[in-house]
Amino acid sequence: MLAEQLRRRIAARIRMTTAYIGCGAGFSGDRFDAAVPVVQTLSRLQGERFLVYEVLAERTLAIAQRLKREDPEQGYSPFLDAYLPLVLADCHRHGIRIVTNMGSANPLGAAKRVLALACELGIAGLKVAAVTGDDLLAVMSQAQVRAQPVMEGIALDERPIVAANAYLGAQPIAQALGTGAQIVLVGRTTDAALSLGPLLHVHGWGERDLDLLAQGTVCGHLLECGAQVTGAYFSDPGFKDVPDLANVGFPIAEVEADGSLAVSKAANTGGLVSRATVIEQLLYEVHDPHNYLTPDVVLDLGDVTVEDIGPDRVRVQGARGKPPPATLKATVCVDAGWLGEGEISYAGPNALARAELAASVVRARCLTIGIADPVRVEVLGTQAILDGNTQGRRARVAPPADGEYRVRAAVRSHSRKIAQQVADEVLSLYCSGPAGGAGVRQHVSSQISTASILVDRSLVKPEVTLLEAS
Amino acid sequence: MTTVEVPLHAVAHARAGDKGNRSNISVIPHLPEAFQHLVEQVTEARMLAVFAHKGATRVTRYVLSKLPAMNFVIDDTLEGGVNGSLSLDGHGKSLSFLALGDIAVRVPVACIPARSPYHKPAAD
Repeated sequence: MLAEQLRRRIAARIRMTTAYIGCGAGFSGDRFDAAVPVVQTLSRLQGERFLVYEVLAERTLAIAQRLKREDPEQGYSPFLDAYLPLVLADCHRHGIRIVTNMGSANPLGAAKRVLALACELGIAGLKVAAVTGDDLLAVMSQAQVRAQPVMEGIALDERPIVAANAYLGAQPIAQALGTGAQIVLVGRTTDAALSLGPLLHVHGWGERDLDLLAQGTVCGHLLECGAQVTGAYFSDPGFKDVPDLANVGFPIAEVEADGSLAVSKAANTGGLVSRATVIEQLLYEVHDPHNYLTPDVVLDLGDVTVEDIGPDRVRVQGARGKPPPATLKATVCVDAGWLGEGEISYAGPNALARAELAASVVRARCLTIGIADPVRVEVLGTQAILDGNTQGRRARVAPPADGEYRVRAAVRSHSRKIAQQVADEVLSLYCSGPAGGAGVRQHVSSQISTASILVDRSLVKPEVTLLEAS
Repeated sequence: MTTVEVPLHAVAHARAGDKGNRSNISVIPHLPEAFQHLVEQVTEARMLAVFAHKGATRVTRYVLSKLPAMNFVIDDTLEGGVNGSLSLDGHGKSLSFLALGDIAVRVPVACIPARSPYHKPAAD
C-alpha cells in the first residue's frame, strides 16, 4: 500500500495531474438532472475527473435499513435510478468516475443495481466497487451499541435501534478507486470523504500529509451540499443577488497535488461562485472551526483565506491539519413515534383575529380531549417559525390585522392515534371554527431520533468488493 | 464619521446549520471594513439574548479574522432539533435571519454596501 502510494504520488507530481471533482447532488432528493452540465464540463477537461453525489441523511439511512430488513436486495438509495441513468453513459465514455453514498444501507445491492443499469443502457465493461463495514449492527449487538458513550443527541434507552452506522473516512474510497472501479458505492462515510477519497487516490496523499488532508477535507466540505456553494441557499434579493438561480450550476473543484484548491461551477449555468458564497458554505454546520473532527484529519480553518481569482472562480488556501481522533463517530437511530400536524388558512379582512381564535379553539379542544403530549399551536404569517414552543420572540413587530394567515398545530407522540387526533382538531375547524377557514392539510409521519456515539476504530473494518458485469 | 444604527442584515450575511440540539450561525460582513465593528458589537451575550426564548443556554463565538467572519455556536436552541422540535423548522435553518433581523449595530455608513436598499431611508 505504501509503495503504491509513493508511486502514485511521484507520478502525480511529474505529470502535474489535476484532480477535478464535480458534485451532482447535495442531499437525498436534490435536483436529479443537476449533474448533466457538470459532466459536460468535466468531459472537456484534462486530468482525473470525478463526479460525487451526497444523498444520505441520518433519517434516510434509517429508512433504508428498514427496507433492507424487509427485502435483502433493497436498502440502497431509492433515487439511484433517478440520478445515474442521466449520466452513466457519458461518464463511462469520458472516463469520469463516480463516487456516491447511494449505497446507503446496502452498497453491494446498489453495486448490483448499477451493473444491471449499465446492461440496460448497453454500457459494456463497467467495474463497480462497494465499500461496506460502516454497519455496526453487523458486528455488534444492540446492547453493545447502547453501551458506547453518547456524545450528542438523545439517551439510548430501551427503544429498539433501527440503524447504527460508523462514519468511515476517505481511505476505503481511495482503496476502491485503486481497484480500477469506475463507480464506487458507499454507505455511511463522512460527506467530505466522497471528495477526499479521490484526492488520496490521484495525488497519493498519506496519513502524515495532514495539511493536504485538511485542504482535501475543505474541498469535500465545500462540495457536499451541492449548489449551496454556487449561489443557492444564498440569494437575498437586493442584498445578495444571484444570476439565473433557476439554472444554478453545481460546483466543480480543481485540486493539485500540493493542495491548491479552486472552486468553480459547471459551464453555461446560472448561479454564482464568490468569496461570499464560499465563506457561507465553509462555515456551514461547523462548530469549533479550529477542531473540525473527521476520521481522516482534524481540520483547523483558522488560517484559511478565500479570494476571488476570476469570474465564478475562488481560491481557498491555508487549511491546517492535526492527527485524527482515535475513535470514530457513529450515528444511532431509534424509533421516535409520530409527528402529527394540521394546518388551515384565513385570508382577507380581520384574518389575524380569526386565525388567533382558531388557534385558541384547537388549544382548548386538545385540553378537552385530554392530549397529554406537548402541542404547539401557532399562526404562520406572524414570523411564528422563529418562536419557541412555549415562548414568543422578544422583538416583534405587530402583524397586520388583514392579510393571509395559516394556523398550524403540531404534536409528537408515541401513539399514532394521538398524532392523528391533534391533526383532526384542525380539520374540525372547517365546520366548527371561525369564519372562512380554508385549505386544510394534515400530515402524520413516523419519526426517527438519533444519537452520536464514539466507537473504537478496531471495531470497524471497512471492506471493498469489486463487481464486474458477467 | 457619520454612523447609523441598522439591523445586522445591512452589514452582514449569515447561514445557520444544526447538529443535534445545537445551532451554528456564521456572521460574515459584506465589506471587510465592517468586521471590526461586528467583532465589537455582536457579542456572545447579545446572541444569547436573541435566542433566549428558544431555550438557548450558552453561546460560543469563534472569530476568524482571515476570512473575515465569525461563527456562533448556540447550545440547546433547537428545542430537541429534528429529533424533537415541534417547530416547522426543526433544523433551525431560518434562525440566521432571526439573528440578522433582531440584532442592531451602529456602524459608519461606509460599512453598508453601496447598492444596499438600507441606504434609501437615510437619503429621505
